[in-house]
Amino acid sequence: MDKFLQLTLAGLTNGAVYALAALGFVLIYKSSDVINFAQGEFLLVGAYVAYFMIGQLGLVWPLGVFLTLVVAVALGVVVERLVLRPLIGEPIISVIMVTIGLASLLKALVSGIWGTNPKVFPAFIPKHEIHIINAVVTTDKLWAIVLSVGFLLLFSLFFRYSSQGIAMRAVADDQQAALSMGISVKRIFALSWSIAAITAAVAGLIVANTLEVSSNISGIGLRVFPVVILGGLDSIPGALVGAAVIGLLEAYSGGYVGDGSLSQVIPFIVLVLILMVRPYGLFGQEIIERV
Amino acid sequence: MQSGIFHSTYEKDMALRHTPAQKIRLALVIVVIFTLPFLADNYYLTLANQILITIIGAIGLNILTGFTGQISLGQGGFMAVGAYTAGLMATRLGMPLWLSIPIASLVTAVVGGVFGIPSLRLKGLYLAIATLAAQEIIVWLVTHWDAVTGGVDALNVRNYLWFQGARMRFTEFQFYWIALALCVGTVFATVNLFRTRVGRAFVAIRDQDIAAEVMGIDLFRYKVLAFATSSFFVGMSGALIAHWRQIVTWERFTVDISILYLAMIIIGGLGSVSGAIYGAIFMTLLPAFLNSVGRSLGGVFPLMDNLIPFIQKAVFGLVIILFLVFEPEGIAKMWRNVKDYFRLWPFSY
Repeated sequence: MDKFLQLTLAGLTNGAVYALAALGFVLIYKSSDVINFAQGEFLLVGAYVAYFMIGQLGLVWPLGVFLTLVVAVALGVVVERLVLRPLIGEPIISVIMVTIGLASLLKALVSGIWGTNPKVFPAFIPKHEIHIINAVVTTDKLWAIVLSVGFLLLFSLFFRYSSQGIAMRAVADDQQAALSMGISVKRIFALSWSIAAITAAVAGLIVANTLEVSSNISGIGLRVFPVVILGGLDSIPGALVGAAVIGLLEAYSGGYVGDGSLSQVIPFIVLVLILMVRPYGLFGQEIIERV
Repeated sequence: MQSGIFHSTYEKDMALRHTPAQKIRLALVIVVIFTLPFLADNYYLTLANQILITIIGAIGLNILTGFTGQISLGQGGFMAVGAYTAGLMATRLGMPLWLSIPIASLVTAVVGGVFGIPSLRLKGLYLAIATLAAQEIIVWLVTHWDAVTGGVDALNVRNYLWFQGARMRFTEFQFYWIALALCVGTVFATVNLFRTRVGRAFVAIRDQDIAAEVMGIDLFRYKVLAFATSSFFVGMSGALIAHWRQIVTWERFTVDISILYLAMIIIGGLGSVSGAIYGAIFMTLLPAFLNSVGRSLGGVFPLMDNLIPFIQKAVFGLVIILFLVFEPEGIAKMWRNVKDYFRLWPFSY
């Protein structure tokens, strides 16, 4: 039972990071139908920029985090303007490929500047051990869960009540109609890319805080695919559920089955099985096709 | 002076090469590939072999992604199946390579067909992710099925000409002819495939799968067939790598390889055999070129040596982005533009 609790908490912590990364993913897909293979690299950039601001420049952490988020927004806007906008209307594979190219470029830049050795991040989220029933958990992990649930709630409210959020939903639904209602589709695209970059940077910060700063962070980008596919590419609650399920599956299969190596492949097996039954994920919107 | 290419008989329309210029270019290519091994030194022969093997893999992926429209991120996994099957049969059973390569290709075709089954219900992004799952599952199996594959340890491959015969060590020169024969065979088979019913069905599925089904194409059968055909060549490419390098490690078949091959066929040109060839040549020569430039600059700037791998990755990403932004149809289209410009010169509009 102790082990079960411990694994559950570990799984939920992982899930929290996945959920944040997946949120950016879903946002971009919802508003512009682009699947962003560079999401993991956005996390990487966020983590390294924060490391630069707080670890290397020695800024106080609120200022460092703020500047990191500013850099993230700039990155999102630049990427949208220079890379994605020329590809509006191109086939899916071109769009996939361009974000893959972007991923390679960002990763190379980061490892070119900061090298490939892991860096120790000056953690600012407190790391005390607390006991929940019989399981031991550090507070930074609880913070990770709280932060990501908070962010997801915030964005759900944003989409429901703010005018910008409603405009984003309108663009996702029908770009032509949104344009004729006076919504600037270009601005919405830029907005969704910068929000995605922000959520990725926050996820990167959390990983940097709980683990370390290294180029492995970009691997989370690949882990996010099962999450978003499971929940459905265009569903924010789906991202949350998918993240929790995949995080827990990884933790349980790592803890209970054999030597734990199964946890790397379990999410993908589950992914294939779920896609066979529900091709649009659990909460994804089914598209009715016509010739 | 010409204003275009016009066909007046069905035979001419069906021909693979239409103009005298095309025939001359083909003759030139033949001359080059037969004289190259006698002129090139070992370094360039190694590059040539790598290009030939890569072309086979790129054509395989282009059959699936470029011609049939099924985006695959499983290339690396399927290559691993081919490489490990060939390597294991040669090493454990002492099988000669003229037998292990076809068997490895067939085994990969079956595996590819199995992973193609979800394609009936999935398309576009969802299918791309499902093939990514295939990639991860295959590589995981390879690294954890210790009893058969040797796990994360490298597999040493032996080359035989006959069952349990003397162990062969091919020179780059000898291997060039093996790779060349298989590569030419692949090109020939693929070019002709798209003049048959099956190939045209593939293209119809890419253009509009529902319309294709209405016209009597059994979607499930042909999609699985496309996966199998593609994987056949991909597996052949993997098997050739095993016999050429005489060592198989899982690191050569990660998702990065899947991405590299996708980049190749996009940069070369989706949905054309020549595009796959151009892409394979370009993507093999680019890192080699950057490497030699970096080394020669390394004498001037000592820091360069450490940065070469990063520069290679950055340029790789940048090239993909620039191609997609400025010439989404790739090198094949650029080459066509050049030809059109000269054929119709001076009235090129």
